[in-house]
Amino acid sequence: MYGVGVGGGGGGFNAPSTASGRRKNQEDDDDDEEEETGDGRVLEAWERAYADDRSWEALQEDESGLLRPIDTKNLVHSQYRRRLLLRSAAAAARIQKGLIRYLYIVIDLSKAASEMDYRPSRMAVVAKCAEAFIREFFDQNPLSHVGLVTIKDGISHRLTEIGGSPESQINALMGKLECSGDSSLQNALELVNGYLNQIPSYGHKEVLFLYSALNTCDPGDIMETIEKCKKSKVRCSVIGLAAEIFICKHLCEETGGSYTVALDESHFKELLLEHAPPSPAIAEYAAANLIKMGFPQRGAEDLISICSCHKKIKSGAEGYICPRCKVNVCELPTECRTCGLTLVSSPHLARSYHHLFPVAPFDEVTFKLGQKGGQNCFGCQQSLINTGGQSNIHVCCPKCKHHFCFDCDIYIHESLHNCPGCESQRSSSR
Amino acid sequence: MTSAHSKLYSDDVSLVVVVVDTNPFFWAGAALPFADFLSHLIHFVNSLLLLSNLNHVVIIAAGVSSCAYVFDSGNAYAGGTADVAETLGKASRKMEEFIKQDARETASNGTVADGGAASLFSGALSLALCYIQRIFRSGTRHPQPRILCLQGSPDGPEQYVAVMNSIFSAQRSMVPIDTCIVGTQDSAFLQQASYITGGVYMKPQELSGLFQYLAAVFATDLHSRTFLRLPKTLGVDFRASCFCHKKTIDMGYVCSVCLSIFCKYHKKCSTCGSEFSRVSMPDLNSLPDQRQ
Repeated sequence: MYGVGVGGGGGGFNAPSTASGRRKNQEDDDDDEEEETGDGRVLEAWERAYADDRSWEALQEDESGLLRPIDTKNLVHSQYRRRLLLRSAAAAARIQKGLIRYLYIVIDLSKAASEMDYRPSRMAVVAKCAEAFIREFFDQNPLSHVGLVTIKDGISHRLTEIGGSPESQINALMGKLECSGDSSLQNALELVNGYLNQIPSYGHKEVLFLYSALNTCDPGDIMETIEKCKKSKVRCSVIGLAAEIFICKHLCEETGGSYTVALDESHFKELLLEHAPPSPAIAEYAAANLIKMGFPQRGAEDLISICSCHKKIKSGAEGYICPRCKVNVCELPTECRTCGLTLVSSPHLARSYHHLFPVAPFDEVTFKLGQKGGQNCFGCQQSLINTGGQSNIHVCCPKCKHHFCFDCDIYIHESLHNCPGCESQRSSSR
Repeated sequence: MTSAHSKLYSDDVSLVVVVVDTNPFFWAGAALPFADFLSHLIHFVNSLLLLSNLNHVVIIAAGVSSCAYVFDSGNAYAGGTADVAETLGKASRKMEEFIKQDARETASNGTVADGGAASLFSGALSLALCYIQRIFRSGTRHPQPRILCLQGSPDGPEQYVAVMNSIFSAQRSMVPIDTCIVGTQDSAFLQQASYITGGVYMKPQELSGLFQYLAAVFATDLHSRTFLRLPKTLGVDFRASCFCHKKTIDMGYVCSVCLSIFCKYHKKCSTCGSEFSRVSMPDLNSLPDQRQ
């Protein structure tokens, strides 16, 4: 399902700007795709095998010039390590993270979004990935807020107001999927900028464009708008689906965001999910402040009240009671509808702590016989000796000197955020 | 071996990772002697393995200074026709070795005050999750994993962040964390763990019947669990305690940079050192037009 129609029409060629995105989807392409490319010609079965699979990209030349299949496991791992090292370099420089983010996702629904170089269309892929992104975003940033904006017929329109609940955002997005007309970067920026000026000063203002079009039809001078965004400290990032565009690059450079262009669907998703962890904050972008928050408790069983979010009658045990105005709310985290107090529970705060205390990246080591640490991965007990058959490379925590396999390395840094070795010894520093 | 059996895997095959508290400071004064506890545990592990030959049990010991894998039924039977009594005997010997080793490490490490140390549950949970990830990687059909914590000693506050990280990771991979408290104190960490991951939290009244509790509540697989009337988790207190006085609070101030919690307004964050500008308190009247 990753097909990028090579022979696809209008502007659907792959931008070369992100050369790092090597495709790693050589397997499992379905053979039941009977879809047409952009210009209406049905591909022959043998052509499809090349167009969809890009099987040549799964090959690599070795030292003697022979073609070998790419060792995907090592490749994925080395890619992952590059990213990890990049991230930890930023952390080492003691840059703060913006943990409380106010993000507008701008989705381009101009007619370019109906291009079928992504299957079934760019628009559908964007919607599907945006859904995954919104869930991941709230998982990683429980105290943050997201809003959705669409661009259609040269006009931008706010789909949802900025809020803290993933479900309502996703529902709103799925209901509004049709595209037409031109795209306008300036209109979207003006709209979002207006809304973001109202957020509290401690919040980090961000805009993320999912941009299908190759042009922008603006009513005025977009450079002025970019300047305005820069002044109001809005961090703008763009993920392009077609090719690199100067104005997007300029916008991102000016406002401190990142600009990437996706090669195919899996690459697009990868690029999108890179925006989920909080980015390093630029000190003057948001003022440090103390935020007043409430930690509500569940109500008593026999208390019957009307919840403020759905206006339904609930017993107290189904909801939480705002400690300031005693109104019933259904879920956390949220903002009290009556008094505006931010309501969270302590696990929500704890969920963000791992951004502040990240696990140090592990060092790559080659296995030597008879060394300390045993022959098994300390985490999962898998033997480290014949991983993949040829390579004996694995990783080692610089602090506790325990050895881990690649899979555990990724799991520890991506999901667990604890080093099992360091956690299972009592060091005097802790 | 797994491939040969793979079509037999259904929703009632379990992988149970048992995390056992081996804290000597706790067991020295416990109502239930450790030897009795171990025999309850071995009977429990045995009955899990008897329930289905595909069930998989792993025991991880959480000591004061280290954590280690003590028993893995996958390895134990890989050698062929191993005697059940023998493998379990081996497990208890390995447990003894671990306890001795742990005691040596504790003695050599001078930081542990007498009687005041918590077991390293954060490390044991992390190990358990790494092991479960390996089972997830092993193929599309794998046993349904869950974690059972047998905790006696009190929580170690210094492990808070690490334990919470483990809990969230378990939640993401849909691994329930069950808890059976064998000590006298409730564990706030594991209450949260069971509540967040959808596991069972229980504190048996009569520890001499521990095996009955284990067999009745924790031996059933996740599918059958839906048909049982298991002890309900009471409401867990999710209120936070402030960093300055350790008081539990309803309302407080949170630093926007490091999310430290304070009960009063401060000029400077004591954790990260950021200075707060008290220009406005925007939490009340921000976004006025959005609420109309």
